[in-house]
Amino acid sequence: MSEKNYYLPPQRILEVHNLTLSFQLYNGVNHVIRDVSFHLDKGETLAIVGESGSGKSVTTKAILGLIDENGRIERGEILFRVSDDEVLDLTKCDLDTFQKKIRGSKIAIIFQDPMTALNPTMPVGKQIMEGMLEHGKVKSKAEAKRRSLALLEEVGIDQPNKRFKQYPHQLSGGMRQRVVIAIALACEPDLLIADEPTTALDVTIQAQILDLIKDIQKRLNISIIFITHDLGVVANMADRVAVMYAGKIVEEGLADEVFYAPVHPYTWGLLSSLPSIKGTDRHIYSIPGSPPNLIFPPQGDAFAYRSEYALVADFESDPPMFEVSKTHKAATWLLDKRAPKLKMPHLLKERIEAMKKEHGSHE
Amino acid sequence: MVKYVLKRLFWALVTVLLILFILFLLLEFMPGSPFNEEKLTVDQIRILKEHYGLDKPFFEKFWIFLVNATKGDFGISYNLQKNMKVSQIVMPRLWVSVRLGLQAIGLGSVMGVILGVISGSNQNNWKDSVATIMAVVGVSIPSFVFALTLSFLLGYKIPIFSMIYQANHPFASTILPTISLSLFTMAQVTRFLRTELVEVMDSEYIRLATVKGLSRIKILFKHGFRNALISVVTIFGPLVVNVLTGSLVIEKIFSIPGIGGLLVLAIQSSDYNIIVMVTFIYSVLYIAVNLLVDVLYGVIDPRIRVSKGA
Repeated sequence: MSEKNYYLPPQRILEVHNLTLSFQLYNGVNHVIRDVSFHLDKGETLAIVGESGSGKSVTTKAILGLIDENGRIERGEILFRVSDDEVLDLTKCDLDTFQKKIRGSKIAIIFQDPMTALNPTMPVGKQIMEGMLEHGKVKSKAEAKRRSLALLEEVGIDQPNKRFKQYPHQLSGGMRQRVVIAIALACEPDLLIADEPTTALDVTIQAQILDLIKDIQKRLNISIIFITHDLGVVANMADRVAVMYAGKIVEEGLADEVFYAPVHPYTWGLLSSLPSIKGTDRHIYSIPGSPPNLIFPPQGDAFAYRSEYALVADFESDPPMFEVSKTHKAATWLLDKRAPKLKMPHLLKERIEAMKKEHGSHE
Repeated sequence: MVKYVLKRLFWALVTVLLILFILFLLLEFMPGSPFNEEKLTVDQIRILKEHYGLDKPFFEKFWIFLVNATKGDFGISYNLQKNMKVSQIVMPRLWVSVRLGLQAIGLGSVMGVILGVISGSNQNNWKDSVATIMAVVGVSIPSFVFALTLSFLLGYKIPIFSMIYQANHPFASTILPTISLSLFTMAQVTRFLRTELVEVMDSEYIRLATVKGLSRIKILFKHGFRNALISVVTIFGPLVVNVLTGSLVIEKIFSIPGIGGLLVLAIQSSDYNIIVMVTFIYSVLYIAVNLLVDVLYGVIDPRIRVSKGA
């Protein structure tokens, strides 16, 4: 394979261009990711938000080259900065390159369920050491052990010496997720993908794990892609947010922009369906209908079918990404010059005002 | 762990006693007697029975046997080699059988593990197909058919291997019986390992090992194999039984002087003490293997080690 030289701006670590990916199923081709583009700078956290089946997890799997055999990248590229002067297109990498250059050493992932993510027959310490030894980050086993113990301490596990020798079943769910995080950090990756890392945990543990991830990012200045369906989590974690629906990014912007000035009806729906902080809601809003079947993706804006604000144009052709500001984009015809000036639902507006006050008073 | 093993040993002892008791009961009901020569008169048989203590009540006989057995005395042979100590007949043959059994289990497990790993890690390509077919064939063909075929082809048509047992070449002359006897073990280990490995290789922790950037070999052996082995160990007990029972026939085919053949002869001539001792050995072997499997289970799977060893 001839090494083609790709270009990324120096502060940038990842750029995904027009990624289109489908799975061959028995009953047709499932268009799971449709023309997705986004980018990530060094030290930045991007949250990808969306409901189940929106394609958010598959996107990150594509970055790690973990697409199942029946999946196919039809179009697009994933540019990743391996080092200051080396950029690779991950859609074109072979397995060997992934194992040796990318996985573990440059990009690491935290899986959703810590109960199943660890090998039940191997002490956790060994599982942490493995990656470092494999990628030559340490010179000896003794050094690997020292570093693993330090890592265990860093992710907030007390008595690291004791835990090091224990097996996964001897640790609680929260501790296991900390171990998974330690494994992810073992080789000091540049990019950390957190695939719903708190979904399988207790609410009390969730907050601790989120704090830990935030804290780690501050200290190590790594880039994070944070996958979640929980908007509440996003608010505290992300610099930027991308909202995915039916395999597309429908709105993308700085966290504040997406939270306080959303423009896409789907984002409105998502935000409206959050329970309010005061807990006074009699009834929580839910978006009507269910996501479309992506074996037969609908024409136009996939959300139009569930939207109270759909325009005729939304059913006819794909809305392009309209720029709201330099950093804020959304794919809805509502932003077209010709569209009627629709405002976000009144209730949501009130709520956002309340959130702003709440947030402002904290700072 | 020690406590656990001791507890198991106690129950093993109870099981052996129970087996012996049932065996004695069955022998009591078995028609005929060791002394079935036509020339013997009723009186002579009665005298013989008195002489050997066979006329005593059931429980007394059982008790006498137990007392003697603890001293290693399993009585004497009535028929096959008159008045010779049973243990003297059985022990030399036992080693021949044990040796054959170990060879078969060893070969079967090694081959099974190799085929299972090949098959499980190359799912649905030709290597998998070949291994799977071999496994299905191994399970379906009875070992005696295989033994006869082998001995015809490789012993008679192309005389590479010995067709019958030779005491001065205990290894070379047991190659064919070993292969025949190992076939089932190999097939079962392959099948179980494949199924388990396919499942394990699809698990989250293998995915985690993959995203750590480990090499394929390390993922397969350090993470996949050991976890897949857990279920394979459980079938080891039944496999040993299969080798034991299989050996009854195989020993006959290759004229191997083992305890399998001896048991058949002893049953035919109602040589009670030999039947009892051989059955006793079989039971002990089986129970020991199961105990070993349970201990091994704990060694391989730390989750069991902790919960039971505590």
